[in-house]
Amino acid sequence: MATIQPIAENEQHPDVALVERARGGDVSAYDELVRKYDRQIFRIAQHITQNREDAEDVMQDAFLKAYEKLDQFQGNSKFYTWLVRIAVNESLMRLRRRRTGKMVSIDEDVETEEGSVPRDLADWAPDPEQNYTQSELNRILRKTIQGLPQGFRVVFVLRDVEGLSTEETAETLGLSIPAVKSRLLRARLQLRERLSRYFKRKKVGEK
Amino acid sequence: MLDDLIDESIAAETRSEIEEHLRGCEHCVVTLNTTRKTIEIYRSHSLYELPNGLRERLHKAIMERCKKGC
Repeated sequence: MATIQPIAENEQHPDVALVERARGGDVSAYDELVRKYDRQIFRIAQHITQNREDAEDVMQDAFLKAYEKLDQFQGNSKFYTWLVRIAVNESLMRLRRRRTGKMVSIDEDVETEEGSVPRDLADWAPDPEQNYTQSELNRILRKTIQGLPQGFRVVFVLRDVEGLSTEETAETLGLSIPAVKSRLLRARLQLRERLSRYFKRKKVGEK
Repeated sequence: MLDDLIDESIAAETRSEIEEHLRGCEHCVVTLNTTRKTIEIYRSHSLYELPNGLRERLHKAIMERCKKGC
């Protein structure tokens, strides 16, 4: 049993080799990294900017910037986490520009107390999403998550949707681990509360 | 505590205490299950698909950048 650990520690993330090849001038290796992560980067940018054109620009700029800065990539963090950090910064810059210089930060609007105590505790129908068509459901999910304060939304998206760890999310956003945990919990509870409107089990006789 | 429970990152002895409590508390069970469901729904539905042609546009931009030296 004791032999498993060292092997796992020495195991190299497959991105490391791709980054090495790309650094050596192999564009096809970088293309492979793009294809691997472009969907995630686009989604993150869209969640932060809430604007499709901006998200397209952010995705393009983030990958180009990462390409130009490949030499600065230290390998202390994963390539994906490093890339996400660039995309988050690009997204916030884009928002700032759109709001003509008004400061935008991931701390925005986090003071709200809504959602800290669950109010609507009606249970949900089994498989509640099946009561909606795919496009209705997407509209509900988009509208609901867009209503979250920016500082909660970005934590939820990185941690729960895109699968970064708590530590990676903290590092990417420059937040402490307790701050990430607290925002994540409040984001989850607020989303849960807001989705209850659509998903709760109907009482007998209720329309 | 709720977040550890949602993420199932809770120590075994605490877990059994909590499970004992959950058996008698519908309020907590509903919160836990519906919050887990919330995460699952968002995780399994991609709300924003990559627009057509964006990947190709990016590839072109990278190649263009490459002309100045890869």
